[in-house]
Amino acid sequence: MPDAPSPILELKDVNLQFGETWALRDISLVLSPGETRIIFGAAGSGKTTLLKAVIGLVTVDQGGIKLFGEEVTSLKEHDLYGLRSRAGFLFQEGGLFDSFPIGDNVEYPLVNQQSTDAKDKPTEEQAEERVRETLKFVELEETFDKFPSELSGGMRRRVGIARAIVMEPPLVLYDSPTAGLDPITANMIMALIAKERDVRNSASLIVTHRYQDGELMAKFRYNPEREELVPEEEPADPRSARTKFIVMKEGEIVFFGTRKELESSEDSYVRRFVRHEG
Amino acid sequence: MLGFLRTPVASFQEFLLLAGRAFVNLVRRPHYFDDVFLQMDIIGVGSLPIVIPTGFLAGAIIALQMSRALSTYGAASEVGAIVSLTQVRELGPLLTALMVAGRNASGIASELGSMKVTEQIDAMRALGTDPVQKLVTPRLIATAVTLPCLTVIADAIGLLGAYLVAVPLLHIIAGQPFWSSSWRALVMNDLAQGLIKPLLFGIIISLVGCFYGLRTSGGTQGVGRATTQAVVLASIWIFIATLLIDKIFVNL
Repeated sequence: MPDAPSPILELKDVNLQFGETWALRDISLVLSPGETRIIFGAAGSGKTTLLKAVIGLVTVDQGGIKLFGEEVTSLKEHDLYGLRSRAGFLFQEGGLFDSFPIGDNVEYPLVNQQSTDAKDKPTEEQAEERVRETLKFVELEETFDKFPSELSGGMRRRVGIARAIVMEPPLVLYDSPTAGLDPITANMIMALIAKERDVRNSASLIVTHRYQDGELMAKFRYNPEREELVPEEEPADPRSARTKFIVMKEGEIVFFGTRKELESSEDSYVRRFVRHEG
Repeated sequence: MLGFLRTPVASFQEFLLLAGRAFVNLVRRPHYFDDVFLQMDIIGVGSLPIVIPTGFLAGAIIALQMSRALSTYGAASEVGAIVSLTQVRELGPLLTALMVAGRNASGIASELGSMKVTEQIDAMRALGTDPVQKLVTPRLIATAVTLPCLTVIADAIGLLGAYLVAVPLLHIIAGQPFWSSSWRALVMNDLAQGLIKPLLFGIIISLVGCFYGLRTSGGTQGVGRATTQAVVLASIWIFIATLLIDKIFVNL
């Protein structure tokens, strides 16, 4: 049997308190290449804080966070930039630079990263080509010269995804990628995220409120020949499921398991995040 | 008992940490030269329309006031020397810095503050760039380089304003003696403090603007508050720095 790939991300007993409130409490999780974790939870349950803690944007009080084999909690801010450049991050509101046109926004990580050596820096033509390719991936190549304020909320979110994946990171963190969007746009965004996962085999942590988002990630995969999402048979053995679900409450993980386990949960808090048909 | 001092002392400590990081980044890669030149254009060239009239009017007003006072003692011919000394030593650096603080400390604080409240600063960190290196250091270099240049321009324009008042308007002195007395009045000490002051003021304006911008919280209202604090604090620090430098140079 081949060795399991070493995990991209490992959290062990992570704790963080803001005053008396627990933002993260005894959080432990492991994420390997190609795996997805869907994180549900009420507002203020620590979902966004968890994503930010993974790349050291928030400093935790206790516990270990190993990202790409390096201990995030023991690195200084300056040493974290190199590590962060290997993980994509989509902010809740997109976090786009509003004074830059879309092309410059997506190009930003290519030309500005702290860890980019002058010799590795792409030429202007190479960078533009990569940006146009990535914008094409999110089906927004015509927005290259526009400003973020000229785009709709859904388009801005897609530009945010393009910027998060332009460096082809092995891990992408999505903070509420579908929040506040209409169902059609939300499904389109999730289809892009599934496509990104399957084309590049990237690992992802997805914070969301919509059960359908997790369902789509668990039940579909991108078919490159047909260029669309097709239903995927879920494995009989739940241990081999690539997409698993996490439910957070007051900073704690109160559920971890597959889609089927989530749907059959009897916990009243966990059931709030599951859409039941009929 | 001294609990009320905790917040200002902590803020000052944070300010010093930011200043330290901004200065360390001067010698640390990568260097964002494009941003430095862009900021020089915004802060330096962009401030010319307010610095030129301020310098001109300051020179003209001193000449007008001094011509009357000096005439009382029969020393009206010294107007050029008086204007050049006050302009180069004090008013040129001080007024230029106050105008630039009003325009740019506020501009920097509101720009960085807006970026902070819309998660753009966090996005920058998440994308692997140091906001201090990318945003603060270029503004520090740009302001520290352009403010002395703006001050020299303001000094020269101020002397021109004084000349127009003293020579063609009031006829209290001829053109040639005006310029020669203005030039002769200045010694190296005056020129040195006339250039050291704007360099220090430039550092104060940029760092105070960046500091308040980067610690903005509380949405658009917070941005407004940060902008006001940046201008007020930068102006106060400019006066404090003037006093300290004057104390040093007066004793030299």
